[in-house]
Amino acid sequence: MSNTPSTLFDKVWDSHVVRKIEDGPDVFFIDRHFIHEVTSPVAFLGLETRGIGVLFPERTFATADHNTPTINQHLPVEDPLSANQLLQLEKNTSKYGISHWGLGNPKNGIVHVVGPENGITLPGMTIVCGDSHTSTHGAFGAIAFGIGTSEVEMVLSSQCIMQPKPKKMIINVNGTLGKGVTPKDVALYIISKLSTSGATGYFVEYAGDVFRNMSMEGRMTVCNLSIEMGARGGMIAPDQTTFNYIEGRDLAPKGADWDKQLAYWKTLKTDEGASFDQVINFNASDIEPMITYGTNPGMGMGISKHIPKAKDVEGGVATYEKSLDYMGFAEDEAMIGKKVDYVFIGSCTNGRIEDFRAFASIVKGRKKADHVTAWVVPGSHIVEKQIKDEGIYDILTEAGFELRQPGCSACLAMNDDKIPAGKYAVSTSNRNFEGRQGPGSRTLLASPLVAAAAAVTGVVTDPREFL
Amino acid sequence: MAYDSFSILKSSAVPLPIENVDTDQIIPARFLKATERKGFGDNLFRDWRYDKNDQPKADFVLNNPTYQGKILVGGKNFGSGSSREHAAWAIYDYGFRCVVSSFFADIFRGNAINVGILPVQVSPEFLHQIFEAIEKDPKTELEVNLPEQRISIVATGAYESFDINGYKKHNLLNGFDDIDYLQAMKDEIVSFASNR
Repeated sequence: MSNTPSTLFDKVWDSHVVRKIEDGPDVFFIDRHFIHEVTSPVAFLGLETRGIGVLFPERTFATADHNTPTINQHLPVEDPLSANQLLQLEKNTSKYGISHWGLGNPKNGIVHVVGPENGITLPGMTIVCGDSHTSTHGAFGAIAFGIGTSEVEMVLSSQCIMQPKPKKMIINVNGTLGKGVTPKDVALYIISKLSTSGATGYFVEYAGDVFRNMSMEGRMTVCNLSIEMGARGGMIAPDQTTFNYIEGRDLAPKGADWDKQLAYWKTLKTDEGASFDQVINFNASDIEPMITYGTNPGMGMGISKHIPKAKDVEGGVATYEKSLDYMGFAEDEAMIGKKVDYVFIGSCTNGRIEDFRAFASIVKGRKKADHVTAWVVPGSHIVEKQIKDEGIYDILTEAGFELRQPGCSACLAMNDDKIPAGKYAVSTSNRNFEGRQGPGSRTLLASPLVAAAAAVTGVVTDPREFL
Repeated sequence: MAYDSFSILKSSAVPLPIENVDTDQIIPARFLKATERKGFGDNLFRDWRYDKNDQPKADFVLNNPTYQGKILVGGKNFGSGSSREHAAWAIYDYGFRCVVSSFFADIFRGNAINVGILPVQVSPEFLHQIFEAIEKDPKTELEVNLPEQRISIVATGAYESFDINGYKKHNLLNGFDDIDYLQAMKDEIVSFASNR
């Protein structure tokens, strides 16, 4: 054992390098691999073309989520292309002996929700999926990141990918969060400061009081959004909160195996004196409930502020103006009071039980604004059951909301949950790119609290008014 | 061999001087429903290229016959967002073999190389020079020389070096891919896995 202090990231990365290639990437071993219907079919096709198989089928887990409908899941999927992708996933997983939680399975849901809630995601692991929000699993002290379909094929056939080791960044947020400030706001704040490319080339460790005091759901929201500042992933050292969350979950280690793994997990932290390529510090007290006004997640601000002027923004003025023009906003306008047509709560970013508790805390005893269409979409069937068991379902129903069935839904609008052109949606998802939620849709990213406040007032509203 | 090899590419270029071109613009999610890798080029930049009635938008560069070529030149932070390899497939299928920018998003950069597109990162100043040269003469040619890791504006002779690691360079020059490499070291991987 070397005495050189090392980071959490180094410990996990270095223990997974099968071979170092000179002037090239590391051959990097993957413990667990998630697949879904959209980015896996071409990888399976590749295996067939090459005449090779799946090396460790027990290390891959499949769920259907991206294009699935969020109503009438018991009926055949109407869109033939989506139905075909779902069928291919079923066929491919069955052919190679890969576990598959398809539509209708009680464990079905969004890949980054079901992995953790079933105890598949564990500290110290390397986890990949053909989906950029795989960074979510870093909340457990895992190295987790999104990959392309060629890499999905690599993992299926060899359980490895070829990756150069990223640089290391630590983001410390210390202090106490104010009223109405959620993990989503912390993440949107950081992205607004770093921009969507500020962490490109880095792997991030989040540290400081704010993350120590955060629930696992909150940590997952933060790590989920790491990719939105360009980082491949983000991670948080596991602690008692992590262990308590994992213990007893279906596929989590049990008995003697649990004790052994727990002892290892407790070593997974950055040693004192370990160095990072970049250190960034923020104060919790500077963070307000956030909202985005533009067409990338870096274009966010405190909800009480005014849209920045083009001259004060880094980067090209033309790009900035194009973005505001798409949104139908002008510089220096306030966001508070802007009309909202749609509200979406759900996605791998904010589709967990804590998010629905937060949403319900504001809509309780109030009514949905008449002109607002709201899509309330749990991240999984397990979350759906929690919503019902905890009485949140009744609160939602009384306030005029309808609970849909699990899936990625309006986050990327591959199914029918599309925001119409020109309409404004306050969305708890992760991307406000042009057309992300449907051609011509206009997305305002925000927390479940901001979404709830908008849903009951019909306009952008500071949620602190209701707390 | 997984794709065409890449050595020296001399071509005119298509300019897209917009920053943060994300993969949802390159290929919107609703076009990710194929189960085979074909036809994605038709939907490259779909919502910038066509209006809601599927008519070409005259002001978008891909609809302007003045600009042609196998090289796409984009603004800073090209390819941000989703990990969808479909974005790289769409660019390749449309006919581009090289994308030039002053900054690439990580996942896109990796995906591009894995499908045989060379991402060339240049300085912001050189990117500006390229945009200016194309504006002055849309037929102006760029030469991307992978063996020498050099990109030049043919008419002026201005050039810059670019980075690529030796392993990936060797792959691109020969049309090899990572799966070939990994298959050849399977025993080593299995032994590694058994010790975990």
